[in-house]
Amino acid sequence: MTETSRMGRFVKIAVSAVIILVSLFLLQRLLTPKYVDDVVEGAFVAEYYEEEKDHDLIFIGDCEVYENFSPAVLWQDYGINSYIRGSAEQYIWQSYYLLEDTLRYETPDVVVFNVQSLQFNESQREAYNRMSLEGMEWSPSKVKAIFASMKDSENFLDYVFPILRYHSRWSDLGASDLEYLFKKKPVSFNGYYMRVDVRPAENVPEGRPLADYRFGANAWSYLVKIADLCEANGIELILIKAPSLYPYWYEEWDAQVRDFAQERGLRYLNFLELGPEIGVDYSTDTYDGGLHMNLSGAEKLSHYMGALLREEIGLPDRRGEEALSAVWEEKLAAYEAEKLAQYEYYGMDVE
Amino acid sequence: MLFTSYAFLGFLLVLIPAYYLVPKRGQQPLLLAASYLFYAAAGPKYLLYILATTCTVYAAARLIEDNALRQKAYVKAHKEKLSREERKAYQNGQKRIRFRWAALCLLLNLGILAVVKYANFVIANLNAAVSAFGGGEPLSFVTLALPMGISFYTFQAIGYLVDVYRGAVPAERNLFRFGLFIAFFPQLVQGPISRFGDLSKTLGQPHGYDAKQVSFGLQRMLWGYFKKMVIADRVLAGVSTIIGDPGTYNGAYAAVGMLLYTLELYADFTGGIDITIGIAEALGVTVQENFHRPYFSKSLKEYWRRWHISMCSWFRDYIFYPVSTSKPMQRTAKFFRKRFGERAGKRVPVYLSTFTVWLATGIWHGASWNFIVWGLANWAVLMASEELEPLYKKFHDRFHVDGKLWYKIFQVGRTFLLVCALNIFDCYSSLKDTFSVFASLLTVNNWHILWDGSLLDLGLTPLDYAILAAGTILMLTVSLTQRTGQIRPRIAAKPYPIRFITWYGLFLIILLAGAYGVGYDASQFIYNQF
Repeated sequence: MTETSRMGRFVKIAVSAVIILVSLFLLQRLLTPKYVDDVVEGAFVAEYYEEEKDHDLIFIGDCEVYENFSPAVLWQDYGINSYIRGSAEQYIWQSYYLLEDTLRYETPDVVVFNVQSLQFNESQREAYNRMSLEGMEWSPSKVKAIFASMKDSENFLDYVFPILRYHSRWSDLGASDLEYLFKKKPVSFNGYYMRVDVRPAENVPEGRPLADYRFGANAWSYLVKIADLCEANGIELILIKAPSLYPYWYEEWDAQVRDFAQERGLRYLNFLELGPEIGVDYSTDTYDGGLHMNLSGAEKLSHYMGALLREEIGLPDRRGEEALSAVWEEKLAAYEAEKLAQYEYYGMDVE
Repeated sequence: MLFTSYAFLGFLLVLIPAYYLVPKRGQQPLLLAASYLFYAAAGPKYLLYILATTCTVYAAARLIEDNALRQKAYVKAHKEKLSREERKAYQNGQKRIRFRWAALCLLLNLGILAVVKYANFVIANLNAAVSAFGGGEPLSFVTLALPMGISFYTFQAIGYLVDVYRGAVPAERNLFRFGLFIAFFPQLVQGPISRFGDLSKTLGQPHGYDAKQVSFGLQRMLWGYFKKMVIADRVLAGVSTIIGDPGTYNGAYAAVGMLLYTLELYADFTGGIDITIGIAEALGVTVQENFHRPYFSKSLKEYWRRWHISMCSWFRDYIFYPVSTSKPMQRTAKFFRKRFGERAGKRVPVYLSTFTVWLATGIWHGASWNFIVWGLANWAVLMASEELEPLYKKFHDRFHVDGKLWYKIFQVGRTFLLVCALNIFDCYSSLKDTFSVFASLLTVNNWHILWDGSLLDLGLTPLDYAILAAGTILMLTVSLTQRTGQIRPRIAAKPYPIRFITWYGLFLIILLAGAYGVGYDASQFIYNQF
C-alpha cells in the first residue's frame, strides 16, 4: 500500500467516524425527551447542576417535596439558601444516591427527607426511574442508583445511551425538541414546581387495610443509609411527612418512622398533624384535591420550615451576602413573573 | 443469550477481535469455549445435554470407523486364506456390530430429544385416551425445560453418525474439533443443520484476518437484524392479538393474521439465518445457505426445495432415501406391482416414504397435533400435485401458458397463498381452533374490517403498518435483485460514499425503526425452540 492510499484510507475512516459520532450524538439529543413543555418533573434533577452549590438546606424526595416547599420563600423571608432535589415518585434508594451525589459538590447543614417513598420496596414504573435518574450527572452514585432502580425490563446500556431507549420517539417529536436541542430553559425554582391554581380536597379516600404494615426491608435499609450518610457528614437530617392526603399515610407507618427518628435522635415532622397549626386549608391550598400543595400551601409550609430552621436549628440568615443576594434577586424576579403569569393563565386575582 | 440482546452484541464485540488476535492454533479452542459459554448462558445445566450428545456420537463414530478399518485390514491380511463366503460372513458380522453401535447411539440421542421435547405431549395424549375410556388417575406431567436448539444439534450429530456409518465422511479423531462442529454457537439457535463434510472444511481451519470477509459478514448480520428487529418483532404485536383470541379474530381477521404471520415467520427465520451466516462469515467459516428466495416458488414442491433447505435435505438424505430403499418398502413395492400394476408399484413406495418424511417433519417442528397435521397437510398437497401433474401439463399445452410472465406471477401468488394457509396450523395451539379459523374464512363475513379502521386495534399503529410495508418492499426488492447474484459484492464495487450511506443507513433504520427495548415485547426467534 502506498503512502497516498494509506493516507486516503485513514481520511475515509476518520471522516466516517466523525459522521457516525456526530450524527448519533445529534440524534440522541433530538430523541431524548426535553421535559420542558410537558411532564416538566423530568427536568428537575438535571437543573441542580446549573446551580452555584452552596446550599444550607437540601430537600430530597418525591413530589411531596418539590411541590410543597418554596426555596424562594425560605430565602426571601429567612435568608436560607436551599434547593430541592426532588423528582416524580422518587424512590428512597434514588433519594439516597441523589444525596450521595449532592455531597460530591457540597455539604449542606440540613437535609430534609420526605418519608412517603418508604411505601415502595422496589421501583414501580420505568418512566419514574427515567425522570429521577436521567438528569443525574455521571458518577459512581448514578451508576449505583441505576442498578438499584432498574426493573427487569430495563437495561443499563439504555441509560448510558438513551437513544436505545428513545429510538422510536421520532414519531412524537415536537418543536421543543429542536428548540431545546442543546440548551434547556429552567422549569423549576430551585427545584420547586409552582402551581397557583386551586382544586379543593373533597372525598379523600380512606386507606385500604394492608396485610402487612411493615415497610419493606430494602426501602428501610436506605432510610438507615440516609441517616448514616448524614451522620457521617455532620448533616442534620429532618424526616418529614408532607401534608398530602393521598396516597394514604397509615398510622402504623407513622409509628415506625417515629420510632426510628427517636432511636436515631432525629426530628420527624408529620405535616398531616401539623397542618392545622400551620394553617393549611385543603379548600384553598391544594391544586389537585389534596395530593399536592399549590403555591399558597407551599408558602405556608415554607414559613413554618423557615422559622424552625432559623430558630431551632440556627441556620444563618445569608441575605447579607452580596453575591448570593444578586443570584437570588434574579431568581425571585423569575419566581414573581411565573406567579403572575400563572395567576393570569388561571384567571385568578393576584394576592 | 438472544441474538438481539446487548449481551450477545458485547459477546461478539469481544470474540471477533480476540479470534483474530490469538495464535491460529488457539482459534478453535476459543470458538469452542465461546460456544459453550453462549450455550451455558441459556442455563448451565443444558450443557450436559449437548455434551452428552457430543461425547456419545463422537465415541460411536470412532468405534464404527475403527471397526470398518479393522475389517478392511483383516480382509486384506487374510485375502488368500478366506473364501468368498467366509469373507462375506465376516464382513456381515462386522457390519452388524457397526449397525448396533450406530443404532444404540441413535436411540440414546433420539431418546433424549423425545423425552425432553415430547414426553408431555405423549402423557397428555395417554391421559386423554385413558379418560375417554373412563380410566383412572391421569399421569403427571414432567417438568423438563427444552434445551436450546436441541432438535438442530441432535439432527446434525445424527447426520454425521450416519455419514460415518455409510463411510461418506471420516470420523473426526479430535474430540474438541467435533465438539465445535456440534456446538458452533451461531447455528445453535436455529440452524441451519450443517453437514460435517461441509462445515468442517472451514470450521476446522485456521483463519487469518480478511477485512473484506469480516465486513461482508457484518453486512449480512446487519441485514438479518433489519429483518428480525424492524419487521418480525414489529409485526409480532398484531400476530399475537389475532392468534391469541381466535373466537374474536376470525374470518377476515384470520386472513390478515395468516399474511402477517407469514411475513413474521419469513423475516424472523431468514433474518436469524442471515445473522448466523454473517457471524460465521466474519469468523471465516462458511455455513450453508438455508433459503433461496422461497416466496418466488411456483409450486409447493419447489417451495420446499427453497425454504429451510438444510432441514429438507436432511429429511431427504436420512429418512426418505433409507425408507424408500429399505427391504420392507421394496417388498411393498413388489406387492403393489403384482396386484395393481407397474404404476402403483412405483407410486405407493413414494407415497409411503414421503408420508414418513412429512410425519417426521411435523413431529420435529413441535410436540403438538397441529404440527403433525401441518406436516401431513403438506404431504397431501404435494401428493395431490404429483397426481395432477399430467392434468396440469395438458392445461399448459392447451393454453400455451408455460413461460408466460403473468402465469408465472399467478403460480407464485398461488403458492404463496397456499403456504400462508398451511401456516395457519403453525399459528394456533389446538386443532379445534385451527379448523374453526379455517371454517371462519368461508363462513364469517367481516371483510369490512379491512377498510373500517379495525386493523388499527390489533396493536399496530398506522406508523407500524407503514414501516412494515416499506420493510416488505425493501425485502422484496432485495430478493428480486438477488436473482442475478449476490448484492454485497455489487455494493462493494460502488464508490465509498455510496457504500457508507447504504450500510450506515441500514444501521440507522434498525436503530430508529427497530422494535426493541422498553415498550416492545422482543420475541425469541420462532425457530429457537425447535
